[in-house]
Amino acid sequence: MGKTIAEKIFDAHRVDNPSGDIHVIRLDAVFCHEITTPTAIVDLQRRGKDRVFDPARIKAVIDHVTPAKDSKTATQGRILRDWARRHGIRDFFDIGRNGICHALFPEKGFVRPGYTVIMGDSHTCTHGAFGAFAAGVGTTDLEVGILKGVCAFHYPVTLKVNISGRLRAGVFAKDAILSVIGRLGVDGATNRVIEFGGPVVAEMSMEARMTLCNMAIEAGGTCGICLPDQTTVAYLWPFIKGEYADPAAALAAFRRLHSDADAVYDAVIDHDVSDLAPQATFGYKPDQVKAVAELAGTPIDQVYIGSCTNGRIEDLRVAARVLAGRRVHDRVRAIVSPATPAVFRQALEEGLIKIFMDAGCCVTNPTCGACLGMSNGVLAEGEVCAATTNRNFNGRMGKGGMVHLMSPATAAASAVAGRIANSQLFQG
Amino acid sequence: MKNFDGRILFLDRADINTDEIIPARYLTEIAKEALRPHLLEDLSLEGFEPARDTAGKAVVVARQNFGCGSSREHAPWALEVNGINLVIAESFARIFRQNMFNCGMIAVALPAAAIAEIFARFAGRDTVLKTDLAGSRFALTAGEDRLSVPFSLSGFERALVEAGGWVEYADARY
Ligand code: SF4
Repeated sequence: MGKTIAEKIFDAHRVDNPSGDIHVIRLDAVFCHEITTPTAIVDLQRRGKDRVFDPARIKAVIDHVTPAKDSKTATQGRILRDWARRHGIRDFFDIGRNGICHALFPEKGFVRPGYTVIMGDSHTCTHGAFGAFAAGVGTTDLEVGILKGVCAFHYPVTLKVNISGRLRAGVFAKDAILSVIGRLGVDGATNRVIEFGGPVVAEMSMEARMTLCNMAIEAGGTCGICLPDQTTVAYLWPFIKGEYADPAAALAAFRRLHSDADAVYDAVIDHDVSDLAPQATFGYKPDQVKAVAELAGTPIDQVYIGSCTNGRIEDLRVAARVLAGRRVHDRVRAIVSPATPAVFRQALEEGLIKIFMDAGCCVTNPTCGACLGMSNGVLAEGEVCAATTNRNFNGRMGKGGMVHLMSPATAAASAVAGRIANSQLFQG
Repeated sequence: MKNFDGRILFLDRADINTDEIIPARYLTEIAKEALRPHLLEDLSLEGFEPARDTAGKAVVVARQNFGCGSSREHAPWALEVNGINLVIAESFARIFRQNMFNCGMIAVALPAAAIAEIFARFAGRDTVLKTDLAGSRFALTAGEDRLSVPFSLSGFERALVEAGGWVEYADARY
């Protein structure tokens, strides 16, 4: 019987099978940020277990609240910083070099096809774009990951989502994943891996694949995963060139991870996006999705372009195309947060930052920022935000606020219109 | 082992997410105890008053997909520091469920019919639940009304509950 990519990765990492379909697997990477890791560090210290399994396999960043906004967040940063120094964790990214974990770590080449990765962050599923088994975990799993380099999971059950057809102009990976979540529901993939395939995914850039996999958790998925191909090899080549004779050799190695033709899936869904129009959410759940046209005219107070879903260079390019030569509406506050310093620099060199500033946007340093309403960009009671983020839960961006999730193109167009609107890139 | 007996807090809703259980604005807290006053502060549920309704409760009963959203273990901790170590629901989000057992707490999914019966018979009443871990049964009592409900835990989940969580379990074995 054939295997799926997730099963192959699992089988290659199995350490133990404590009961039933629970398996303990070896981890290739443990990622850490300053919100969930300090509690793990403090707890390990309290237990007299302040150790790390392998400092080279642990990567850490301060990204959620940076620069620190108060003494409490400063303390969180200090705990992570001191710990990284104490244990010789070289890949620790602090102010000036820090960016959103799920954008920064891929950019540094820390994720490879076939890897197992955990992080104390639900959007760790993003890294599945590289053909890795990457899952978000809680603090205790993170603690054990840090201490022993292992984690327990149910044996993967995979839901295959074939994205077929062709995305129309002005319709993006974000619209595709929103429509998938709308179809699956917020628990439609619970305890399952979502394997994204099909011609649309094959044509997507790594950035777009990360946008897809990023939101697997919004359908309850353990992780999202894409089959590594030429695009993956091209993205990773600067980091793996010492390991393979040439890109073809790397591709051949990665192909062995591909799901077999006779692999068994829990379900296979064909999701044709040929007629898909830009999508946006309208409630407090990410599966409450409608065509932007149906929400058009909804007044907004704030626009947020950034996050681990859509804060990468491609996203900023699209937003800049929509905003070039236009002005953000008088009643709207528009915030742009490039996801990483490299994204920021690239945007600067390409003139995108100037376009944003000319349009009247506030450009922040790389950070999670408004996405989780913890540092900047918090909404006041009753305010509405058009956001390129991934979560619209009640209170997510501030108590009593409403978040509409959408693509960077739609968010930029909404900023100009002062209400939810389709971009000119989409000729409905 | 933790306590799994006591009064039930009925939350008659599906998809209660981790931001509702404990909002992100409290994630800057390092000490679990600091989460105590904020449990379910942002829950959208008609007539629900967090402080009044969570007081003195030891068990939560809810509908489908409890604990969806972020990976924050602050969600189980916020329950734990309020004396709630057991959540019974029709289904759970994966990370939340794992976090519960990792902390030596219990998250048990019951069939839809059992959850429906529990809500129909006990919601809105002062109901006490007793957990018979060895016999895998919950006993619910409200006045004269009694109900015994079977549940199941995997061997691994039991081991985590007995070990008091995953850190001790894993450090002893791997
Ligand atoms: S950008 Fe938002 S969703 Fe992504 S890691 Fe940061 S807080 Fe989480």
